[in-house]
Amino acid sequence: MAEQKSTGAGKSGTKRQFRIWRGDESGGDLQDYMVEVNEGEVVLDVIHRLQATDAPDLACRWNCKAGKCGSCSMEINGKPRLSCMTRMSTFEPDETVTVTPLRTFPVIRDLVTDVSFNYEKARETPAFAPPADLAPGDYRMQQVDVERSQEFRKCIECFLCQNVCHVIRDHEENKPAFSGPRFFIRAAELDMHPLDEKSDRKEYAQREQGLGYCNITKCCTEVCPEHIKITDNGIIPMKERVVDRRYDPLVWLGSKIFRRGETPQTSVTTPRSGSAAHSGSPAGVHSHAGGSHDPRAEAQAQRGVNWHREVPKPTAPAVDDRGKLPLTELTFDRAAAPSPFGDDVTFPLPPEHLNFAHPEQDKH
Amino acid sequence: MTTTTRIERHHYDVVVIGAGGAGLRAAIEARLAGKKTAIISKSLFGKAHTVMAEGGAAAAMGNVNSRDNWQVHFRDTMRGGKFLNNFRMAELHAKESPQRIWELETYGALFDRTKDGKISQRNFGGHEYPRLAHVGDRTGLELIRTLQQKIVSLQQEDKREHGSYDARIRVFAETTITELLLDGDRVAGAFGYYRESGEFVLFEAPAVVLATGGVGRSYKVTSNSWEYTGDGHALALRAGATLINMEFLQFHPTGMVWPPSVKGILVTESVRGDGGVLKNSDGKRFMFDYVPDVFRKQYAETEEEADRWYTDPDNNRRPPELLPRDEVARAINSEVKAGRGTPAGGVFLDIASRLPAEEIRRRLPSMYHQFKELADVDITKEPMEVGPTCHYVMGGVEVDPDSGAAFGHVRGLFAAGEVSGGMHGSNRLGGNSLSDLLVFGKRAGGHAASYADGLTARPKVSVGAVEAAVETALAPLQRDTGESPYTLQQDLQAVMGDLVGIIRREGELVDALGKLAELRERVAKVSASGGRRYNPGWHLALDLRNMLLVSECTAKAALERRESRGGHTREDFPAMDPSWRRVNLVCSLDGDTVRLERKPLPKIRAELIRLFDRAELAKYLTDEELAEFDALVTDAEAEEASK
Ligand SMILES: Cc1cc2nc3c(=O)[nH]c(=O)nc-3n(C[C@H](O)[C@H](O)[C@H](O)COP(=O)(O)OP(=O)(O)OC[C@H]3O[C@@H](n4cnc5c(N)ncnc54)[C@H](O)[C@@H]3O)c2cc1C
Ligand code: SF4
Ligand code: SF4
Ligand code: FES
Repeated sequence: MAEQKSTGAGKSGTKRQFRIWRGDESGGDLQDYMVEVNEGEVVLDVIHRLQATDAPDLACRWNCKAGKCGSCSMEINGKPRLSCMTRMSTFEPDETVTVTPLRTFPVIRDLVTDVSFNYEKARETPAFAPPADLAPGDYRMQQVDVERSQEFRKCIECFLCQNVCHVIRDHEENKPAFSGPRFFIRAAELDMHPLDEKSDRKEYAQREQGLGYCNITKCCTEVCPEHIKITDNGIIPMKERVVDRRYDPLVWLGSKIFRRGETPQTSVTTPRSGSAAHSGSPAGVHSHAGGSHDPRAEAQAQRGVNWHREVPKPTAPAVDDRGKLPLTELTFDRAAAPSPFGDDVTFPLPPEHLNFAHPEQDKH
Repeated sequence: MTTTTRIERHHYDVVVIGAGGAGLRAAIEARLAGKKTAIISKSLFGKAHTVMAEGGAAAAMGNVNSRDNWQVHFRDTMRGGKFLNNFRMAELHAKESPQRIWELETYGALFDRTKDGKISQRNFGGHEYPRLAHVGDRTGLELIRTLQQKIVSLQQEDKREHGSYDARIRVFAETTITELLLDGDRVAGAFGYYRESGEFVLFEAPAVVLATGGVGRSYKVTSNSWEYTGDGHALALRAGATLINMEFLQFHPTGMVWPPSVKGILVTESVRGDGGVLKNSDGKRFMFDYVPDVFRKQYAETEEEADRWYTDPDNNRRPPELLPRDEVARAINSEVKAGRGTPAGGVFLDIASRLPAEEIRRRLPSMYHQFKELADVDITKEPMEVGPTCHYVMGGVEVDPDSGAAFGHVRGLFAAGEVSGGMHGSNRLGGNSLSDLLVFGKRAGGHAASYADGLTARPKVSVGAVEAAVETALAPLQRDTGESPYTLQQDLQAVMGDLVGIIRREGELVDALGKLAELRERVAKVSASGGRRYNPGWHLALDLRNMLLVSECTAKAALERRESRGGHTREDFPAMDPSWRRVNLVCSLDGDTVRLERKPLPKIRAELIRLFDRAELAKYLTDEELAEFDALVTDAEAEEASK
């Protein structure tokens, strides 16, 4: 056993081809490197070897090298990843590894991007409001009650979720109004905190953080290295409860009557599914509850908003002739990122397939 | 010269260097005291080393066992540090950590809970009662995120009151301080560069708090990140402050040495407790050769007996793999130096051939998943390659225990956290660091604020000093004849890892000092290619001189201390020597050479020393001290009797 293992360590590595984006805000391109790779290494190890050999000034962020600090985010073969957690053995032996900076944030140099957007959004999110009547040491909370918030506090702020969210990826114009999944779960965390005094976290998320822009594509959940269920446990409950409050029948009626200049939510759906939906019997309902048998969801669906509805599943773009995804912008055949709706979906989508709550609608 | 006029300048009352637990807590305190405060960090906000801490934060809250109190915690801390701790720091730490932890809850922290809804506390080596407040295995993350969010909440307050988030507290992320600037013997400011642009920046401030963490990057195998280059230690020395206890570094005997993706990650000792055995490259289970005489009676002599112990501990002696940490580390070290190590410089830790895969996964779930995910190593199938790993530095800036003000001939300089020395003596107990950060972070921040208040005139930064700092910083970029910083770093790590590592010998230490002197010449001529914008080669070139200076302190102090204690093990002086307990080794800078002096330890106050049994004290104290202790006890008894 000892011998078998020592050969592993001693084996001088094979040379692998890397393509790394080098440049700064004024432009740059992918550069090819042949670099030694040893058994058991991760992408970050290889980048460090490059720094120590061919590219001493190659810029990249890292700290813990153990998936705990969220510094080393980059796009590896087009996928947003932590480079310290991406093993070389996940690639084919002769596969070229292409490493590019996060696309949603402006490049500073090479693999380092300006993530200050996230810190600005963090600063705008209202802080924990401690209960005024409790002295330090007197806080009492049950484990079951803190667990929901604890899930969100696992966040290592790698900003990979922010990076994939199509609302701001390639949509600079949405950035001022949209905080992104990382800060939706921050709001959710505080909302679910057993002792937080502030009671309008969801409304705030809807009003100020742009929660309404999110159409639950779940891309954020998919990339989260901490496996936080960002959409299912964070965003959807936030939306649901906003909906619950907003659609309190009386309030809802009131808003229909008094907000005349605006399009009522229901009108979006009535032309197509309204008649069937109003039959009242569950069997006859053809809403877009996406196969959900939850009556509450069904009821919401009748009003045009249903967060359980299945929007078209994100589909990966076509693979190339090697069966791989040509995912970086430079190798991709289209001008922008692959659509999170899937490139096989044509627009406009039928309106009943959309979940839409206008970010302004709660301001009144 | 025009360079200095173009440098960005900021004016603050308190500048905190470091955004880990200690730095953030200090900054919060300074801001609460009404001071205009800057926080400076080499990496992004919220990424400092503190995020890596897993186990928990020790505080005698008594939530799980109500018999726990500060006296017990104090006692554990002193034992852990083998009585070399600054007793006053250990006392303050034990008394104040519960408040500091509770305070975090008011900032929004969510610790794991007990059944009755209090903060849960877990057991940890060296702590008599369950004492570590924790959140799963991510306590450090919770701590840093909570403090980060508290700072945000203060900024929101300032925005409401003054119209700007940055009005009274501002974070300068990815900014490295390379020099402290003085006005006579008073701190006048800090000079550094933005990593992003390579532009220089000058902070003018009468009070500076150092919270820069440790020095582990000088070692080949370490659990520490690139930030741990001993900057704060070196800045303090160059400003005229002193360092103590630099010979004490905490090494973990079994950190992974291979594959590289997990190098430095610690393998819990429970792997050995659950049946894991250590083997050399010949496949031999070598620990049987390393049982010291004092332990002979308790440890098995044959593999058969050792293996029986796991199922029948009452009738068999323990396997030698379960010897204390230092012994295990010494054995591994000897095997590797005798050429029987793995190519990566470790030995094999084998649990795969000892337990069924199912059982391993059940008993060591997080180990199993960590290595599977990070390195594709299946610990149920193959042995791990492990070796001693540098983890924590006990030594640091010598400070006044109550205020965190640095000793030596400098005023206005404060230090807290891993960069300060004294609190942990010769060895730190697990969990004591996180609470140390909070207790002394708060103290340093508060005292820095009141020091700034007490000044009648602000110290001034001299133009000459700034020019010199600019020149030093730019030098590696302007040379193209020197060596690459990466090569130099590797060479330094080799010297420290091989010669000033976990087990030390006089000859090797002398050798190390010679090699460090050579390296010093080479580092002085280092050159970095590329430009000023986010250039890691240049950054490393600037960090090297700090690493080198701190390494010299460690090597010198290690050579001087002729005994073994806590994190300092001398093969040629294997025993603890009570007369050395009375001595701190203090490093200072004289020109550019490190000077080492002996300084007596402060004497433990009577009511504190009386917390210990005489029998226990006898292990640590000299006869003379014991006689004093006896006199103390007799006096006290007499006094009681006379009442
Ligand atoms: C793997 C691991 C596990 C651990 N587990 C535990 C545990 O369970 N319990 C426990 O109590 N302790 C634990 N520790 C120890 C503990 O985490 C550290 O000692 C502690 O976090 C140090 O905190 P700090 O505030 O002193 O410094 P850090 O958190 O390291 O922060 C240092 C800061 O200083 C900044 N800095 C450094 N140099 C400069 C410069 N020149 N200019 C500007 N900024 C600079 C850095 O950017 C950083 O922000 C662990 C350590 C490791 C490595
Ligand atoms: S679900 Fe999709 S749209 Fe919503 S935040 Fe996540 S990535 Fe963005
Ligand atoms: S939620 Fe997940 S993906 Fe998003 S920043 Fe946090 S850890 Fe990263
Ligand atoms: S380096 Fe910390 S997450 Fe990768």
